[in-house]
Amino acid sequence: MPIIETKHLYKHFDGVRAVDHLSVAFEKGQITSVVGPNGSGKSTLVNLLTGMIPVDGGEIVVAGSVRFTKIKSHEVKDYGITRTFQDVRLFEQMPVLDNVLVVLTERGVFASLFEKHSPYHLEKAEEVLRRVGLWGKRHELALGLSYGQRKLLEIARVLATDADTILLDEPFAGLFPEMLKVVVDICKELKVKGKTLILIEHNMDLIRELSDHIYVLDAGKLLAEGKPQSVLARRDVIEAYLGE
Amino acid sequence: MPYVIHLLIMVSIYSILALSLNLVVGFTGLVFVAAAAFFGIGAYVTAIVMTSFGFNFFLACIVGALFSALIAFAIGAVLSKFRGDYYTLASVGFNIIIYSVFLNWQTVTRGPLGIPGIPRPSIFGLSFSDNFSFLILASLLVILVFLACRFIEQSSFGRVLRAIREDEKAVSVFGYEVLYFKLATFVVAAAFSAFAGSLYASYITFIDPSTFFVNESIFILAVVILGGLASNRGAVLGAAVLVLLPEALRFVGFPPDIAAQMRQVVYGLLLVILMMYRPQGLMGEYKL
Ligand SMILES: Nc1ncnc2c1ncn2[C@@H]1O[C@H](COP(=O)(O)OP(=O)(O)O)[C@@H](O)[C@H]1O
Ligand SMILES: [Mg+2]
Repeated sequence: MPIIETKHLYKHFDGVRAVDHLSVAFEKGQITSVVGPNGSGKSTLVNLLTGMIPVDGGEIVVAGSVRFTKIKSHEVKDYGITRTFQDVRLFEQMPVLDNVLVVLTERGVFASLFEKHSPYHLEKAEEVLRRVGLWGKRHELALGLSYGQRKLLEIARVLATDADTILLDEPFAGLFPEMLKVVVDICKELKVKGKTLILIEHNMDLIRELSDHIYVLDAGKLLAEGKPQSVLARRDVIEAYLGE
Repeated sequence: MPYVIHLLIMVSIYSILALSLNLVVGFTGLVFVAAAAFFGIGAYVTAIVMTSFGFNFFLACIVGALFSALIAFAIGAVLSKFRGDYYTLASVGFNIIIYSVFLNWQTVTRGPLGIPGIPRPSIFGLSFSDNFSFLILASLLVILVFLACRFIEQSSFGRVLRAIREDEKAVSVFGYEVLYFKLATFVVAAAFSAFAGSLYASYITFIDPSTFFVNESIFILAVVILGGLASNRGAVLGAAVLVLLPEALRFVGFPPDIAAQMRQVVYGLLLVILMMYRPQGLMGEYKL
């Protein structure tokens, strides 16, 4: 069963059709990759699915039943959805530990006022920060981290949420091999745990290795879909990537 | 000595204003330039209910805070639609509106004539009519507001505020209704600022609209920025420095009338120097 589906989803930015009547489905418990050249609408799709920008047309269907023409960003968590950002959005002038705690603690205005964080929250934060090797840096400000560490902190934040559906917007881009391996392993572990991953990626080897299914976008439209081996061998897909 | 007590009372009043504004500017990251509006609302409500209805100061204080909170709730909902520079400009507009209400709603506020004869606080036969006992009362209020701000800062709520300051959109994706957090903070800050207004009205025993114009809001913002954004101790330190510094100028030989004029120049200059060499302020954790 698809956990998220889009039906004729549409978004334009003055004249540019960033996502153009796109109908795709992301199966529960699978890793689905979305590939396509720069500017093909991948990040826009993720932003639409997480309520970061308003939908211009079409529908988003969550868990087969809840239909949206608009979804508010603060509601996506209630549907078990979380994400990372292509441009790595951390809470810069906050310690590494607080960057993680903030996604664990009480969401309500009053409840959060009478809470600091529970031992459970701290335990969970320690677990995910150790997983990405940042526990030692927990008291440093996020803005002091290296590019790779920043991406790892975003992954840790996502792990802490315990969301069932995780959208990763280019999580491997710019990572050195050791860090790359950490993130790849985490993706595999998440799949074993039954999580649904939506992966935006350019690295073809990683896509072959990780994906159950892939969608290829070009100029906001669906160009191809299917199993990675067959899709990535198609001449039109290769051409879209290499340009004219 | 009496003059020192007077100065310390003024430091207390500005400490409360700075602590409250710091919740909005320092922790939430909204550059709000209308602190004097809530300062004024607290002062006017207190003055009116004390002089016209014979309310006790402490009751007047609470009425002022509630009234200020109510206005903050309405205004906050509108202001939250704006972002960045637009938010700041809109807040200036709000201050001007409140100022004109003080100035023009003459049947209630007596307009430019102001409200004289505001009584000093008293409770259970205990009177705070001399300045020393008033200073003790003011200090107690500073401590109360300080502890409340620290409580907020150290809670999960405080962490969410900082995250909003850093990236509002990102924090909302993790399940936070950002508007509620901003509104709650704004309402609390407005109520605290009103306390400062109540103290001021009862201390000076006379208020008029001129005290609550935009320039006063800029001064309070300067106190917060000088002390250090997102630092409660910084807010108190900033208030002490900016209230006392012009006085210090007198001791180094400036004639009294010039020293009084120097207040504006001094805080303007301090801000420029600070922004150049220490943008996080004296004790702040965060750069604008
Ligand atoms: N906020 C925005 N404002 C204007 N144009 C945008 C915005 N976001 C994306 N676009 C445009 O939409 C198209 C798709 O962008 P994007 O989704 O970021 O592509 P991808 O992630 O596949 O590289 C591009 O032409 C891009 O310039
Ligand atoms: Mg992108």
